[in-house]
Amino acid sequence: MRFTGWAANYIDERTSASTAVKTLGRKIFPDHWSFMLGEVALYSFVVILLSGTFLTFFFDPSMTEVEYEGSYVPLQGIPMSVAYHSSLDISFEIRGGLLMRQVHHWAALLFVASIGLHMLRVFFTGAFRKPRELNWVIGFLLFVLAMALGFTGYSLPDDLLSGNGLRIIDGMIKAVPLAGGWISYLLFGDEFPGTDIIPRLYVLHILLLPAILVALIGAHMVLLIVNKHTQFAGPGRTNDNVVGAPVMPVFAAKAGGFFFIVFGVIVLIASLFTINPIWNYGPYDPSPVSAGTQPDWYIGFADGALRLIPPHLETVIFGYTWSWNVLIPLVGLLVFLAAAALYPFLEAWVTGDKREHHIAERPRNNPTRTAIGAAGVTFYAGLWAAASSDLIATHFRLSIEGVIHALQFVTVVGPFIAYFVTKRVCLALMRKDREIALHGFESGRIVRLPGGEYIEVHEQLDDYERWKLVSYEEYQPLMVRPDARGRITARQRVRASMSRWFFEDRISPVTQRELESQRH
Amino acid sequence: MSNRIETQHTMASTSPAPARRSGRRHPLATAALLVVGLLATGGAYALATTSATAETTVANEQLVEDGGKLFAANCASCHGLQGAGTEAGPSVIGVGALAVDFQVGTGRMPMAASGPQAEVKPVQFTQEQIDAMGAWVASLAPGPAVPPERYLAGDGDAAIGAELFRINCAMCHNVAGAGGALTEGKYAPGLAGVDPVHVYGAMSTGPQNMPVFSDLNLTPEEKNDIITYLQYIEENPSVGGFDLGSLGPVSEGLFIWIFGLGGLVAVTIWLTAKSN
Repeated sequence: MRFTGWAANYIDERTSASTAVKTLGRKIFPDHWSFMLGEVALYSFVVILLSGTFLTFFFDPSMTEVEYEGSYVPLQGIPMSVAYHSSLDISFEIRGGLLMRQVHHWAALLFVASIGLHMLRVFFTGAFRKPRELNWVIGFLLFVLAMALGFTGYSLPDDLLSGNGLRIIDGMIKAVPLAGGWISYLLFGDEFPGTDIIPRLYVLHILLLPAILVALIGAHMVLLIVNKHTQFAGPGRTNDNVVGAPVMPVFAAKAGGFFFIVFGVIVLIASLFTINPIWNYGPYDPSPVSAGTQPDWYIGFADGALRLIPPHLETVIFGYTWSWNVLIPLVGLLVFLAAAALYPFLEAWVTGDKREHHIAERPRNNPTRTAIGAAGVTFYAGLWAAASSDLIATHFRLSIEGVIHALQFVTVVGPFIAYFVTKRVCLALMRKDREIALHGFESGRIVRLPGGEYIEVHEQLDDYERWKLVSYEEYQPLMVRPDARGRITARQRVRASMSRWFFEDRISPVTQRELESQRH
Repeated sequence: MSNRIETQHTMASTSPAPARRSGRRHPLATAALLVVGLLATGGAYALATTSATAETTVANEQLVEDGGKLFAANCASCHGLQGAGTEAGPSVIGVGALAVDFQVGTGRMPMAASGPQAEVKPVQFTQEQIDAMGAWVASLAPGPAVPPERYLAGDGDAAIGAELFRINCAMCHNVAGAGGALTEGKYAPGLAGVDPVHVYGAMSTGPQNMPVFSDLNLTPEEKNDIITYLQYIEENPSVGGFDLGSLGPVSEGLFIWIFGLGGLVAVTIWLTAKSN
């Protein structure tokens, strides 16, 4: 005890660490399962770093051609790159290598998946609103970086699958008007595949991209602490406080335990289930493409977009071929991603709301946003499913053309259907909430009145339950107002019509007066 | 023998003049001897084998006849009584006994219903019946025959087989032989558990949508290498654990979303549950 006291004092006198510990230790984290999805992403990233470091000890990114001399019989004597050879050696010759490879790859899939789910949670609860718009953008960049890291990693083993993936990227680059061929040569250093791409991707994969990612994670965490965590509405929870457990000791203990659970789940999966059996694919050779060649799931939406675009969309202008069947998906996806990144600013402009928001909304209480989100999810899901169109066809015994046409419908018309259905469902749920808040819920108790009439007794909610149903903010459409010079600008009109689109259909929260009049 | 005669002949023609003058051998003697020798050997060989050939011919005729009857009863409604095909089914002239062995031996023929492609189902005939129909079809016109056992042994080079498989087969059948989709509801079937003779037959005869890999394209030895590779991956399951159907990143992605992330979400709910 005396020693710990002395040691703490020694450190504090030299670093003033106690201030930081005091602030951080008292930081409050509200309790809700959906607030832990970002933690899953963070912890799987730690697992990726650890297992990835192990892999760098044995991986050699050279594209020099050698003959395979390892223990996997169906590849013996086959010429291949050193990169593929060393990936096979990690899998077959190095103790624990295959487990580490599988841990690394499964953790990568989990990393991107948990980021995606985390983003959906933040979107649908409106947790991106002021003051968290910048943190949303940082989070979005993390998502894009995670995909880039995943794709570069997927390409490193230089097997048939990764080469096919690179070939698609090369094709997309070459479809860029005018500059495409130049960019491709710059990237590959030669006609595809060349002998430079693996070492280059390796540098990106283990140095540049992770460095940016770690820096952005740091910024994400700092902003999380500065902005405080959002919480769901509840008695005693206001826009100005945070109710939950402090970091020290409760949250830290829980989070630490959760880290080991995430680590354990990843290792369990990696030890039981094969991921990317590179030995099946053989060394990269530009001629063969295997059936069932897909990217990892997070690139699937891009692959799906290429599968869904109708064929033959090409024009020749001044001797240059414009491959619209590549350019339209490329531009479409960039617009989609940009819309996701900039959504908080769009919504802030439409609502004209400059206030800070620390209470997370229930998705139903903002029907238009939730409907937009559902439309986006449907669009993404259509593209995503299209990446596995061939497997859907074989496993559900459908014709692949039928699958493609159905998914084209899902991707183009589906978002609109999803939008309207979701908006109606949200409004209906709000109406239901209102009904329950005012009249209570059906208790299932049937009572016969003296006059012979039967009624079902409605029971009132307790105050805690009712709080969740009545405390949400109501927005009204913005009115068009003349500016200082007495004019109504076009910008104003657009904004007013957008605002009407957002908030025309709405259910007002139950007021105190309504509640009281109901009680009498 | 003929060599020796040749040699004698050469010696005779190049021997010095006094020998020729002795008149001990007529100039045509060498040629006559050659004819006699050839006739003798050929005749003896013919004598020795005629009876055997006759037996096989009889047996073969019987087989062809049986096969013709089976064909007329089971196949002719689509393929025509003479095997020349109808609107319902293609001609079988020249497809060879191996095509019959593949199509009927895997249950694909006779088809249960017309559809995008004939599917594997329980085999409807005994091997003898299949061989008989094969013999009848082979009697219509020459075509690929059932290969000798040594090309089906699976004792070739798995590495060459794997490479050939990746180049020639994997685009439809998947690198791990898990199968894949084709157009209009057709598909390349998975290759696990397929009899080597049917693998060979499919390569040689190109059933349904499959291209033909003739012996000029893939030699019988190379076909055996491919069979060797397929047997290797069947007998050596994935070293990394359960293979999730060897379907590649799609099944991996589904797995991590449903079981990986799904499981962890369950954990988060458990961690944040209020204690009762």
